Amino acid sequence: MAAPRDYESIPGTYVYDAERGRVGYHLNMFCMSLNDPKNREAFKADESAYLDRFPLTPEQKESVLKRDWLGMLKVGGNIYYTIKIAFCDGLTFQDVAGMMCSMPKEEYAKMMMAGGRSPEDNRYKEEAK
Amino acid sequence: MARIVGGIACSHVPAIGAALDKGNAGNPYWKPYFDGTIPAREWLAKIKPDVAILIYNDHANALSLQMIPTFLMGTAELFPVADEGFGPRPVPPVYGHPKLAWHLIENLILDEFDMTIANEMPVDHGLTVPLSVTCGQVDRWPFKVIPLCVNVIQYPPPTGVRCFKLGQAIRRAVQEFPEDLRVVVYGTGGMSHQLQGERAGLVNQDFDAMFLDGMVNDPQKLTKLTHTEYMRESGSEGIEMVMWLAMRGALGGNVREAYRFYRVPTSNTASGLLCLEPTE
Repeated sequence: MAAPRDYESIPGTYVYDAERGRVGYHLNMFCMSLNDPKNREAFKADESAYLDRFPLTPEQKESVLKRDWLGMLKVGGNIYYTIKIAFCDGLTFQDVAGMMCSMPKEEYAKMMMAGGRSPEDNRYKEEAK
Repeated sequence: MARIVGGIACSHVPAIGAALDKGNAGNPYWKPYFDGTIPAREWLAKIKPDVAILIYNDHANALSLQMIPTFLMGTAELFPVADEGFGPRPVPPVYGHPKLAWHLIENLILDEFDMTIANEMPVDHGLTVPLSVTCGQVDRWPFKVIPLCVNVIQYPPPTGVRCFKLGQAIRRAVQEFPEDLRVVVYGTGGMSHQLQGERAGLVNQDFDAMFLDGMVNDPQKLTKLTHTEYMRESGSEGIEMVMWLAMRGALGGNVREAYRFYRVPTSNTASGLLCLEPTE
């Protein structure tokens, strides 16, 4: 049996576990609501008012309004859910991935074309650059 | 008697579906990928399955965080295509096989796999992309499909060894179904990828090559991988590969590799496609 939460030693990774699930539930359920076209319209018409329908923390609400994709993960966002906001904005997964690791879109696309981000020096927080 | 005649491991990257749906499959980015899928399509057409058991994960479409079943099987006659936030994919609806699905559920539960039962649900790209990859753009899918959803969204997903044993139980149950049916099993998702955080874009080709070899020759070795090893080595979402092990378990001891294809990148992901035939 692996040590509990030993994945916390992986750099740049926010595993959606019990700890994050406990705080992220409503944020992620807001994201899921955007599957409904009527809700997408309502969100686009007045983002702040639409977000107030959900019991979010101020930090969660702010991260959505600012489209702080990395910040959303830090306040309980689950990428499979937060990506719904990006789809609503007309962004692609790759757009968001680039923004989460602070890489310009072209640079990120180039990295993927060249075989992706290497796991070398990227397995443990202490070795990551 | 029903029998399992093939296994397919296939990535379910949503961009693959979008490329097909928008007519971009022939462009320079996508052509090498789709060219690589042709032999799998030809192989599957020769295998002529009546039914597929398709193991995948839902992406916040049929299921939400409200209730999170670890293993769920769909018993419906018809599964509509989900609107995932940008309208449903323009692909045919998916016809199920309620009789076999209920048989599997009864047998799996009595065999100690506590399945959740879904009598109605939409299916998302996790299920329809592997169908598109292996059947092409069709007016009607050429076989019935039984969806089997695995939770990989809320940590922890079931372990690799648990998924492998589920596959073995599926094999036993299929073999006890009295009708003469040809069944294929899909394990979908993967291969190495990370969609989140500062480490997004991770691809580990050595890990993927090891995993593809293990799927053919030594799945027992793969069942020993821990969740943290998957995430550290193959990216946080590489953990989806536990679903491949469920397929492998359903094929029995020895298999013949009919086709293998691997490509980087497919959007943010290393994609793999593996066609296996049971030899026992």
